[in-house]
Amino acid sequence: MFTGNNNRTYNPRRYPGFLFITLVCLLILYAPLLVVMGYSFNDNLSITKWSGFSLRWYTDVFTGPEAAKFKKAAWNSLSIALSAALVATSFATAAAIGMVRGGAFNGKTLSFGLISIPIMVPEIVTAVAMLIFFSMIGLKLGYLSILIAHIVFCIPFAYLPISARLQGIEASFEEAAQDLYADRWKAFRYVLMPLMLPGMLSGFLLAFIISLDDFIITNFIKGAGVETLPTAIFGAVKQGIKPNIMALSTLMLLFSVLLVSLSYFIGRTDKEKNDAN
Amino acid sequence: MAAAGSGRTVSNTFAPVRNWLLLPTWLTVGIFMLLPIALMLVYSFLTKEFRGGVIWEFTLAAYDQFVFDRGLFGDEAPSIEWTYITIYFRSLVQASMATLLCLLIGFPTAFFIATRSPSTRSMWLFLVTIPYWVNLLIRTVSMKFLIRENGPLNQALLGSGLIDTPLQLINTNIAVQLGLFYSYLPFMVLPIYAAVERYNFSLSEAGADLYAGRWTILRRIVIPAVKPGIIAGCILVFVPSLGAFLAPDLLGGAKTFMIGSLIEEQFKGNAGNWPFGAASAMILLTLVLIALLFYARAQTKEQV
Repeated sequence: MFTGNNNRTYNPRRYPGFLFITLVCLLILYAPLLVVMGYSFNDNLSITKWSGFSLRWYTDVFTGPEAAKFKKAAWNSLSIALSAALVATSFATAAAIGMVRGGAFNGKTLSFGLISIPIMVPEIVTAVAMLIFFSMIGLKLGYLSILIAHIVFCIPFAYLPISARLQGIEASFEEAAQDLYADRWKAFRYVLMPLMLPGMLSGFLLAFIISLDDFIITNFIKGAGVETLPTAIFGAVKQGIKPNIMALSTLMLLFSVLLVSLSYFIGRTDKEKNDAN
Repeated sequence: MAAAGSGRTVSNTFAPVRNWLLLPTWLTVGIFMLLPIALMLVYSFLTKEFRGGVIWEFTLAAYDQFVFDRGLFGDEAPSIEWTYITIYFRSLVQASMATLLCLLIGFPTAFFIATRSPSTRSMWLFLVTIPYWVNLLIRTVSMKFLIRENGPLNQALLGSGLIDTPLQLINTNIAVQLGLFYSYLPFMVLPIYAAVERYNFSLSEAGADLYAGRWTILRRIVIPAVKPGIIAGCILVFVPSLGAFLAPDLLGGAKTFMIGSLIEEQFKGNAGNWPFGAASAMILLTLVLIALLFYARAQTKEQV
């Protein structure tokens, strides 16, 4: 572990150029986002010229001609993300307990492989496979097909933080509960779950954001007429980048940042609690 | 990747109900992920129906179309069809380039962050992570807005007198490369950061005591020690870049076509050839599996 001492001969902090490259890295990551955020406040129909600060495009998102479309897409996105993240978190919690607290068993590696398939396979391949599957079993493409797909690819994202958290909790807690005649459900509900909760929350938030973020798979299996925010934005951008799209993008961007900060905060307070113990 | 819970302590408090706990996940992933991929493999050997569907007759036509050109009516002597091979080759080159660029920028960044004091470290890390959480579509659209012909980048460069004519970036391979690099850069930084953070810097100090310069230390001691993190970062950038759809579609044009767009065209676009789309996706999946196998081998070699 790096201790930050000032060794005269070698200091890992002194690599000339590394600070510069880090700043370049941050510039590349942030410049496009900041530029779009800035231009979303531009009081001009043309996206090229700057002509003063204005909130007109934000008003346009909520009350303009496309407001109804955006509202429906936002509702679809949020309700799908919420349901998919809830289901995926429940499945992943059960699976994590089975994997981490299930003792040694045949097929443990296989089981882990199965859980991680949705992360390993490229999104476009998942999209094709699901489209073929849904059309073959005759499921009408729409809200339900999107929801099923989102649950599937959210499972590994929810699983990873939950199982990481569970691996850090000693089994003696549940064992003590069981010694005191708690059945397995009670041992989970009153002992294990409160301890796992931070992991479950970050798993849920991760799954929620991943679901909100998805474009490729949704685009394949959404069917005609059903849109989520990313597919609606993609459709609009195909006609050219309009200022109201930049305002909508800025709103989504800020929403994601809010969620990440929330998850960061949950993780941090949890860590601080651990440090205090 | 976290080892399969092959935990420090093997606890079995929930062993009797283990299968019930795992069942919902097994079923969901099995039915809606594994089975569809198996079906996709079957579809790639079926005969295409005009526009969309398939006829249940076994054929190698999709793979044949990928490699050979047999003329418009399929009765000419076969010659090598370069169109699709070129698209896959271009995708491999673009993904490799993106991986290399991300490594060149990502390694120093990760190293820099990991050597800050613990309090500022989390701030830097947070800064690098935020863009990763922003919708990929929005990020790609933002990049398009920034680099388009009349965009802010060209305006700034023209205004500062660095260039006389606006840079034509949009619809070039460079724009797609920039998009891929920008999309997956955080994937490179995070695993390398995790590896450098665990690295024991007294090893570097030992090197310094033996009169190694700081670049020699970096090259001969630090990089070999954090190699698993570097390999993980490369895989995390390479795999999604190979099948990327948004960057080539929004930032590129007809000449920058990549695998993702080719596949999309078979299902959503005008081509409407499902078996060929399934075959293209299978070939992509095979390439990814090769990359993952390489990764698994490299990781086990490191551990031995």
